[in-house]
Amino acid sequence: MMLEQDTGLSLAIAQIVQRLKGSSLHSQLERQARGSLHKPEIKLESLKEDIKEFLKTSGWEKRLQNAVYSELNVFPSPCHPAAPPEHMKEPLVYMRKAQGSWEKRILKSLNSMCTELSIPLARKRPIGEQKELLNKWSEMGTDEPDLTLFRPVYAPKDFLEVLMNLRNPNYEHGDQPSFRNHLGLIQVPLKVKDIPELKDYFSELGLNTGQLGIDDSTQVPPELFENEHVRVGQTVLTEQDSAAAQQYVRQGCPTALRAELWALILNISNQPEDILYYEQLKSNVIQHDLLVDSLIYKDVKLTASNDDYYFVFEDYLYQVLLCFSRDTSILEHFSYNSATPPKSYIRGKLGMEEYAVFYPPNGVIPFHGFSMYVAPLCFLYHEPSKLYQIFREMYVRFFFRLHSISSHPSGIVSLCLLFETLLQTHLPQLFYHLREIGAQPLRISFKWMVRAFSGYLATDQLLLLWDRILGYNSLEILAVLAAAVFAFRAVNLMEVTSLAAAEAVLADLSTLKVMPLLQIFLFATVT
Amino acid sequence: MNVSSQHFCEIGKYYHHYCTDGEPEAQETKEPRACIRFKCALTNTILDILRRRPGWVEVKEEGEWDFYWCDVSWLRENFDHTYMDEHVRICHFRNHYELTRKNYIVKNLKRFRKQIEREAGKLEATKCDFFPKTFEMPSEYHLFVEEFRKNPGITWIMKPVARSQGRGIFLFRKLKDVIDWRKDGVRTDDQKDETQVENYVAQCYIENPYLIGGRKFDLRVYVLVMSYIPLKAWLYRDGFARFSNTRFTLSSIDDHYVHLTNVAVQKTAPDYDPEKGCKWMIQRFRQYLTAKHGAEVVETLFAEMDNIFIKSLQSVQKVIISDKHCFELYGYDILIDQDLKPWLLEVNASPSLTASSQEDYELKCRLLKDTLHIVDMEGRLTGKEKRIGGFDLMWNDGPVSRAEGNVDTPVNGSFMANTHLGTSLIRRWQGIPLKVFNCLRHHQKCKTYFSLKSKRTGCELSHSASRVLYSCEAKCEGVNIFQLWCVKS
Repeated sequence: MMLEQDTGLSLAIAQIVQRLKGSSLHSQLERQARGSLHKPEIKLESLKEDIKEFLKTSGWEKRLQNAVYSELNVFPSPCHPAAPPEHMKEPLVYMRKAQGSWEKRILKSLNSMCTELSIPLARKRPIGEQKELLNKWSEMGTDEPDLTLFRPVYAPKDFLEVLMNLRNPNYEHGDQPSFRNHLGLIQVPLKVKDIPELKDYFSELGLNTGQLGIDDSTQVPPELFENEHVRVGQTVLTEQDSAAAQQYVRQGCPTALRAELWALILNISNQPEDILYYEQLKSNVIQHDLLVDSLIYKDVKLTASNDDYYFVFEDYLYQVLLCFSRDTSILEHFSYNSATPPKSYIRGKLGMEEYAVFYPPNGVIPFHGFSMYVAPLCFLYHEPSKLYQIFREMYVRFFFRLHSISSHPSGIVSLCLLFETLLQTHLPQLFYHLREIGAQPLRISFKWMVRAFSGYLATDQLLLLWDRILGYNSLEILAVLAAAVFAFRAVNLMEVTSLAAAEAVLADLSTLKVMPLLQIFLFATVT
Repeated sequence: MNVSSQHFCEIGKYYHHYCTDGEPEAQETKEPRACIRFKCALTNTILDILRRRPGWVEVKEEGEWDFYWCDVSWLRENFDHTYMDEHVRICHFRNHYELTRKNYIVKNLKRFRKQIEREAGKLEATKCDFFPKTFEMPSEYHLFVEEFRKNPGITWIMKPVARSQGRGIFLFRKLKDVIDWRKDGVRTDDQKDETQVENYVAQCYIENPYLIGGRKFDLRVYVLVMSYIPLKAWLYRDGFARFSNTRFTLSSIDDHYVHLTNVAVQKTAPDYDPEKGCKWMIQRFRQYLTAKHGAEVVETLFAEMDNIFIKSLQSVQKVIISDKHCFELYGYDILIDQDLKPWLLEVNASPSLTASSQEDYELKCRLLKDTLHIVDMEGRLTGKEKRIGGFDLMWNDGPVSRAEGNVDTPVNGSFMANTHLGTSLIRRWQGIPLKVFNCLRHHQKCKTYFSLKSKRTGCELSHSASRVLYSCEAKCEGVNIFQLWCVKS
């Protein structure tokens, strides 16, 4: 046993070292170490110790710690050394297969749109057009291209249909669904947490712990919690400690500190090379036009531009999403994403691998509502390159799991199952009633979870929710919140008699306060 | 989560305690109510609010009234020869234009500034520098030219003194434009009908406005003045930021639509989409700034805005006829520049009460309801309150402190102003009569319901029978997790 643990640990260490080697942090550390040789406190006899000490006091060790912590958070722990690479993407074969066929469908849809409209997937812009776009870069929202012929490649409800049909071929369902079985739409046997486990997992959200979103309301004296919490937050920022920040935000971020805290947790420092990289992406956008650009435009116009609060940030959304689709560094995340980037072939060279390219370059095809992942971030970050990096990191850590089929506990399948299980276990009467009237709860809550509630909650509440996503490095809180919302409106829902009526009861979430809802559901429900 | 009827009884106490916004407890105790006769010159939100106010009755054309929400033209023609009993109230001051007409406010502020400089020194006088340099035309034309020559290249804006909603305004950089305009007999299309020469002001144009999402915006804030002598003014916590639909750039001075952010002008812009709503509630704006600049910077900005409200009112205190029958709800337009300095653009005596969206309608309803609470025709207030609804008492013949206690409580420790613009509004439950609430205990009997029209989907469910159930989320102070049912019979 001990041997396995050791080999597991040393494997993990080896992998992290591998990944950090050759990164800019590595070269910076080397440079710093070399530069420190001039310092008087570095002595030849104790060279190694002295340099280590120097790196510690100058804050570089902390930066290394943050980078390691970041790697630990993002990459899954290595499984058995003999496991093939697909296992890191997704260990279960039937899930991989399902994801594969879903991807085929999306691609088919994209290709047929392409052929129908006879628009190339990609084309180089003529010089005149490039100049024009460059001039208009910060106000692309004023453009009104004709997008009537474009349709989103898919919408969340199409994806839900696929998830509903997932079946584990090794699992025997029995003859009839009954109360002993699962009544919901998701019929795969994944392990999800129950309320006692969730209570333990989300222990910092308990009734006895101070929370922003509850204990900072107007009539609670700030001396009781808020002032101290802000002080601690400032200390965390001065220390520049990622791990401490992640622990801290579990109780919520003060508005003034949130931008920096999130950047610290996501390990984004906006170095000159990061800005350069963004500028490079921008020039890629200027030079080439992609079909997905039109999809992005359409999505922004349909969703964020119509939102009462996010319409202001329309221009930023283009600046982020157009660059996002050209960012090939995103391809790295496919090593732990069950999805595989679609491949396209240069015209006339179908099937020839030398002429294959990933399309879009980042491998992510946007769907209806995709721009809403970015919109709330515009509230916090105003400099396009920083906004871009934050979004990119959020995407490769969290958001990708919301639209790919996998067995990961934060994957959308597990979230749906968690939601349905919580509802069925704790509000069985409601669940049964809704099912009877043809209003399966997941049909309503699915779109909330796929978008991580963006566009459904008020912005300040959404940011409090996303604080906890970062704090716990998990999306499970989305499922818990969805169940809590149903529990909150249970009395209304018991009275409805149709799916449309149920939708109406749950149509407007903008008045909800998320933290009290979560607390009640997790800690004040009798289990 | 099981919400039983017993639960509702407890909520009943909660409701009873908090809902002191004018719902007739008298209905329960059967006291005779004097009814309040009102007249209203407008047909928008204010009329809805007045009609819904319990015990208030609308009077016909020539009937006697206790309360008149008049328009300024009526005031101009009739105020001087209308006799009003002591209890009667009217919503404008006779010569409010001292504050609201662009040339008068400039004059009053300049005079006030000089007075402060004499009494308290130069530094103190700089607190009045929130109004962009303005010159009356044509009387101060030569002074303007002098200033113009001192600062070549800056942009100026020419505004008619009396018109609102953005009409008749243009921007210029060259003196030549002004000279041409002066010589030009025909100024604008609609001016052909004017019989008198209209006064204009030339004002320094703020070239570095604070931008959000590349767009220019201004803030609309509401201030209620109950009297000028002594000065008693309330500041409303809610307000909004109005965005320009197009992106800000100085290169297109002729683009009327970029520079003027009044919603009225926005509505005629070619790409205006009424569904889009170019407004942010001021709470959202305050949160945005806090996330970007930190709480302290934002506190300073809002304190400077308080200063604008108070100084502007003080500057006209001595000239406005402070009739005890009058009160006035002003709409202040504030522009923030890139250094986070607030500038006063103008003060409106008749801020628009037409709603541009559902959220806007709700804001204006609350605003007007709270205004009527403060006017207090029903005589319920003690006079010592520091907060009524969404209004905070900002000035009561002296600064009002945020500290606990009412107006008379002495202040210990450091002074913090009693203004909370843009902080979370403590909402009251939207006035459902107590009689209605008692039916909650029998909620099991109610068979049908419909939910409030959702602002997102706009769908409404049909209902049948006379008993209708509303569900609302009581957004009372702090954590509110109870959902309540009301029955309307």
